[in-house]
Amino acid sequence: MSGDGLVWLGTPAFPEAAREALADTRLRRNLRRATTTIRDKRLAAVGELDDWERLRESGAAIKRRTLRHLGHYLERLEEKVTAAGGVVHWAADAAEANRIVADLVKATGRTEVVKVKSMATQEIGLNEALAAEGITAYETDLAELIVQLGDDRPSHILVPAIHRSRAEIREIFTREMGRRGKDAPADLSDDPRALAEAARLHLREKFLSAKVAVSGANFGVAETGTVCVVESEGNGRMCLTLPETLITVMGIEKVVPDFVDLEVFLQLLPRSSTGERMNPYTSLWTGVTPGDGPQEFHLVLLDNGRTQTLRDTVGRQALSCIRCSACLNVCPVYERTGGHAYGSVYPGPIGAVLTPQLAGVEHAASLPFASTLCGACYDACPVKINIPEVLTHLRAKIVQGRRPGAEALVMKAATAVLSAPGRLSAVQRASFLGGRVIARKGRIGRLPPPLAGWSAARDTPAPPSESFRAWWSRTKESS
Amino acid sequence: MSSRLRILDRVRAALADVPPAERPEDVPVPRDYLRAHAEDGLVVLFAERVADYRASVLRTAPSGVARTIRSALAARGLSRVVVPPGFPAAWTDLPRTEDLGTAELDAFQGVVTGAAVAIAVTGTIVLAGGPGQGRRALSLIPDHHLCVVRASQIVADLPDALARLDPARPLTFISGPSATSDIELDRVEGVHGPRTLEIIIVDDLSEEEP
Repeated sequence: MSGDGLVWLGTPAFPEAAREALADTRLRRNLRRATTTIRDKRLAAVGELDDWERLRESGAAIKRRTLRHLGHYLERLEEKVTAAGGVVHWAADAAEANRIVADLVKATGRTEVVKVKSMATQEIGLNEALAAEGITAYETDLAELIVQLGDDRPSHILVPAIHRSRAEIREIFTREMGRRGKDAPADLSDDPRALAEAARLHLREKFLSAKVAVSGANFGVAETGTVCVVESEGNGRMCLTLPETLITVMGIEKVVPDFVDLEVFLQLLPRSSTGERMNPYTSLWTGVTPGDGPQEFHLVLLDNGRTQTLRDTVGRQALSCIRCSACLNVCPVYERTGGHAYGSVYPGPIGAVLTPQLAGVEHAASLPFASTLCGACYDACPVKINIPEVLTHLRAKIVQGRRPGAEALVMKAATAVLSAPGRLSAVQRASFLGGRVIARKGRIGRLPPPLAGWSAARDTPAPPSESFRAWWSRTKESS
Repeated sequence: MSSRLRILDRVRAALADVPPAERPEDVPVPRDYLRAHAEDGLVVLFAERVADYRASVLRTAPSGVARTIRSALAARGLSRVVVPPGFPAAWTDLPRTEDLGTAELDAFQGVVTGAAVAIAVTGTIVLAGGPGQGRRALSLIPDHHLCVVRASQIVADLPDALARLDPARPLTFISGPSATSDIELDRVEGVHGPRTLEIIIVDDLSEEEP
């Protein structure tokens, strides 16, 4: 189930999924605890730098320059990677990327690959595509391992198993590890230390024997052909270093112009993401280095809706995202619903603008509405993506694409009523009577369509027995 | 049409709003952020920041490096230790090893390396595969990494570090031992990479910082 594509087919639209998620008190407790912790850490890490705003401005500008000249930088990246001994492939969509990776794995004669956590390969559903070709992909990031063993879906960009508590993780490890390799220790406790140790033991044999690895990329430097992966556990280093063949799937928007640009992003990313001054491990490599690391390197450049997103001059800023997940952690909606309600590998505020653009708004029409437009995401974004601006832009697109519905007809009727005092009095008298019939304890709850959209999430007070205008004329006449 | 041409065509079409005469460098990129978030006391700062990651830090005069390495290894009971070629002869007489396979490296308890550069503000060491640093697998598989850094190798912040590095080399930035926060965002040190990181700072500068 894990990672089966950008939009999870068959999952309910956001409002319905959110209602289910909100009823799950354990999920809400896990999420509140996790997001509160990470928010505090981020604020402390960001607060250490006096020039944070200037770093954000610079990061945003580098991304703007890149996107406005994307073709130039992609061709340059290709040239440099090739010159350094790598092979560059271009994939127009998910199916093509999966085909390229599967063929590359098959050419090595292997049927197993180890994987570094990667949003791009989640987005294209690579694991499922490889499985269909008889190739087993082992996720090696701890959270991805939890999701994969639990036959679950990721719910956060950085911490995909954020919805799971330690007790649940212990149960998943005990039940599932043996089926895919080394069993969990018999006396496994739910101490995070013990759980991390179990993951270490489970994956170690895979790392040491792996011949093929698949990774994503945080940055690809056009000037030098250098690819960068940022991580914490060392599973990334294992995958990037020990196998003979490395296949990296990178969204085309991950290219940055110059090596010096990393001095901006390597300050912005860890502080925004895990709230650390620096993440434990950052690996950079350029093509192939004789005698050190994989001797075969393939870089798959993925479009899959990115050029479509680039066409929209307002929406294209979403392509600046460096996948830090700060916007998820500060979002009041995400904190309450969790990531699954968004029905996509990209949840939260950035998902609400990225998913509909990558997949087409018709496939995720409820997501741009999954926000209160409070703007916390924009404040937290290290590359200053104006998420509320893109949300309202996408909402307008979606509404314009619809036939006039019941809501428009109601508004038209309201115009007629409000513009004639006589009609208004008549309606007010009628609403007093009607309101008394449907109100419970002075409140009107959920109404049937076409009023369901308005009444599902808010109660309406029952209309008063007398309008102000009626009261005015009655008391004025009697005095 | 190849996917390469198709994607590049789509990119061109999507950017119809960009004037044809605009060059990449015409899009302004402000660089008025600080070059460094610290100016002096870099050795002390580096030691503090490394310790924040729960890595241990030892300091020694140049004459004491060999003794410090010996006692650090002994204190942790490490006898099977690998040392890369090019590691200074004066610092240890342990045998230098190269071209070890993955399984052979797995038999070692620890590894002693140098570094290419270190970053004070972030408490980071960078390995670049140079002499005394070894190939990447060497500093990854053994569970204990002892890294010897000269005080003169410590730069203030990330921009200065990147300026000293050659992008053509495989680079590994290491900030503390391997760690994860994937379980309830509770930080645990020690997952797949070395679970212990110990750094020896060699005071090769005079008492005043540069």
